[in-house]
Amino acid sequence: MKIHEYQAKQILKKHGVPIPQGEVTDNPSKAREIAEKIGPKVVLKAQVHAGGRGKGGGIKLVGNPQEAEKTAKEMIGMTLVTHQTGPEGKLVKRILVEEALDIDKELYIGIVIDRAKEAPVVMASSEGGMEIEKVAAETPELIFKEYINPATGFLSFQARNLAFKLGLAGDTFKQAVKFIMSLYRAFEATDASLAEINPLLVTKQGNVLALDAKMNFDDNALPRHPDIREMRDLDEEEPLEVEASKFNLNYIKLDGNVGCMVNGAGLAMATMDIVMHSGGMPANFLDVGGGVSEEAVQNAFKILVSDKDVKAALINIFGGIVRCDLVASGIVKAAKELSLDVPMVIRLEGTNVEEGKKILEESGLSFHPAGTMKEAAEKVVPLAKP
Amino acid sequence: MSIIIDEKTRVVVQGITGGEGTFHTQRMQEYGTAVVAGVTPGKGGTTHLGVPVYNTVADAVENEGANASAIFVPAFFAGDAIMEAAAAGIKCVVCITEGIPTFDMIKAKSFLKDKDCCLIGPNTPGIISPGKCKIGIMPGHIHTPGSIGIISRSGTLTYEAVDQVTQLGYGQSTAVGIGGDPIVGLKFIELLKLFKDDKETEGVILIGEIGGTAEEEAAEYIKAEFTKPVVSFIAGQTAPPGRRMGHAGAIIAGGKGTAKEKMDALEAAGVFVAKSPAEIGQKIKEALS
Repeated sequence: MKIHEYQAKQILKKHGVPIPQGEVTDNPSKAREIAEKIGPKVVLKAQVHAGGRGKGGGIKLVGNPQEAEKTAKEMIGMTLVTHQTGPEGKLVKRILVEEALDIDKELYIGIVIDRAKEAPVVMASSEGGMEIEKVAAETPELIFKEYINPATGFLSFQARNLAFKLGLAGDTFKQAVKFIMSLYRAFEATDASLAEINPLLVTKQGNVLALDAKMNFDDNALPRHPDIREMRDLDEEEPLEVEASKFNLNYIKLDGNVGCMVNGAGLAMATMDIVMHSGGMPANFLDVGGGVSEEAVQNAFKILVSDKDVKAALINIFGGIVRCDLVASGIVKAAKELSLDVPMVIRLEGTNVEEGKKILEESGLSFHPAGTMKEAAEKVVPLAKP
Repeated sequence: MSIIIDEKTRVVVQGITGGEGTFHTQRMQEYGTAVVAGVTPGKGGTTHLGVPVYNTVADAVENEGANASAIFVPAFFAGDAIMEAAAAGIKCVVCITEGIPTFDMIKAKSFLKDKDCCLIGPNTPGIISPGKCKIGIMPGHIHTPGSIGIISRSGTLTYEAVDQVTQLGYGQSTAVGIGGDPIVGLKFIELLKLFKDDKETEGVILIGEIGGTAEEEAAEYIKAEFTKPVVSFIAGQTAPPGRRMGHAGAIIAGGKGTAKEKMDALEAAGVFVAKSPAEIGQKIKEALS
């Protein structure tokens, strides 16, 4: 799960990570009040789940409270387009008003889980303010890493190693060590999957602060962090995906027009792939679960029906433990209740497949049967063509 | 032969009295798996599905000689269950549970480091040596004893591959689901090593998906040391970056972990790469001829 910058900063503050003074608001006159309190010079930052905000006009430095109000008026309600939002952009509902600081250095600190090493890794770089993927590709020698031993946790000497490699000294060095230790504490305590401070700011006065903050969380751990789960902003997500998540379906909206309903994540991805190999493009990823309950099939139909981009649907079910005859009854029931008015190709395989096929044929349901995945994809692609 | 499990494997089911545990224990018993005990803390001394239930895995090992375990406990308790099994001396732990927090798995895997115990999963359909033993939730009847080893990050897509292989007249020596999570127990390389030494296995199907670098690591190993023919399919060629495709581990992050990178690495290692999932069976025929 993703959260906004201002929410990440609230979490960090709670764990002792220094952040600039500031407040979030959706109201321009409140933006002026905040500027009066912490300004006069402030930075206004659009709160959307996307990077590259600066270039898109989502981060503005203003000189006084009046200007803060005027600029806030322009920003709140604007559609911000960055390289991460796609051409449709994202609606700015809130802005973070923060004190403007004198920048000496912009550094980078990030924590992720390294899958190959099976441990969290704290990364630091002197190249703050740039995309870290770019730094990693072009100048990997400028990224320093410390892996965390799960038995001991993050150790002070590891934080010192990183701060020294960043070239820090004196009081700034001490602040940086404390900063990195606190950031790791926040990461671990919240079951985060990413905590990224880019840039990590060193001010002209030598103080260390998180100028930007990005945190993502392990979805599997959210039930033990109700406070973080509440930070989910449904407006930042695709409406159909929000709907699907209410039914516990794994659904992702894509650009094509072949609607897919499949049991199991791997088979669902493979079905999308075979649609592409047959000359079409999938409209979605939709996994109804390896076990395919009748309820899941019905809910999946609801999602497919509400996607106007779907011109033909492909249902691919490999009945394993779940019998195909039960799946077939579920499909018939759902299709009759929610008339899907696009052509439908159904491929059933696995346990009790013959009984399943018989139920579909005798149901009066209009559909195209297919024996294999290949046949199903080859049938559905021309049906989806305008 | 087969790898990891066979007719001598004695299984304890952790969480045997729960809904999933009960249902799948029955399926395993029907398949002929020797389920020798169950564990549900607090229900020790009772009997469920004809097998004795113990409070701890250690009791099941001591009294019934269990040497493998199947875990069906809820996600927040599963990491603990894995460590309990390993501490009790279980040699093979199969964790079916989906949704275990990553930090719990990091801890569990660190705990396993100095133990003589292999972990399969979590978030896996399990492992089956057809005709001998099945530990997991896969449909037993689509499998046939034979010479193809299967290693996969997926569930139903594995059934699809098994089915294609069976239709062409080949059977499987052992089919292993390594799990769809970012951090899992045995990975491709460890299993390839076991298949390498298994006389019965003539070829291996490796089913990967987007996310992580396990397939690239496997490609390096295959190139250097693995001499039996390998067929591979990577799911997620059409998956968008930055999105988690159902499995917690199936995500292209920071431009890394794409299907293309994995397919290229495997192809360069001499693996027969099926571009379409419909070609898996055909490719194994090609690879073995």
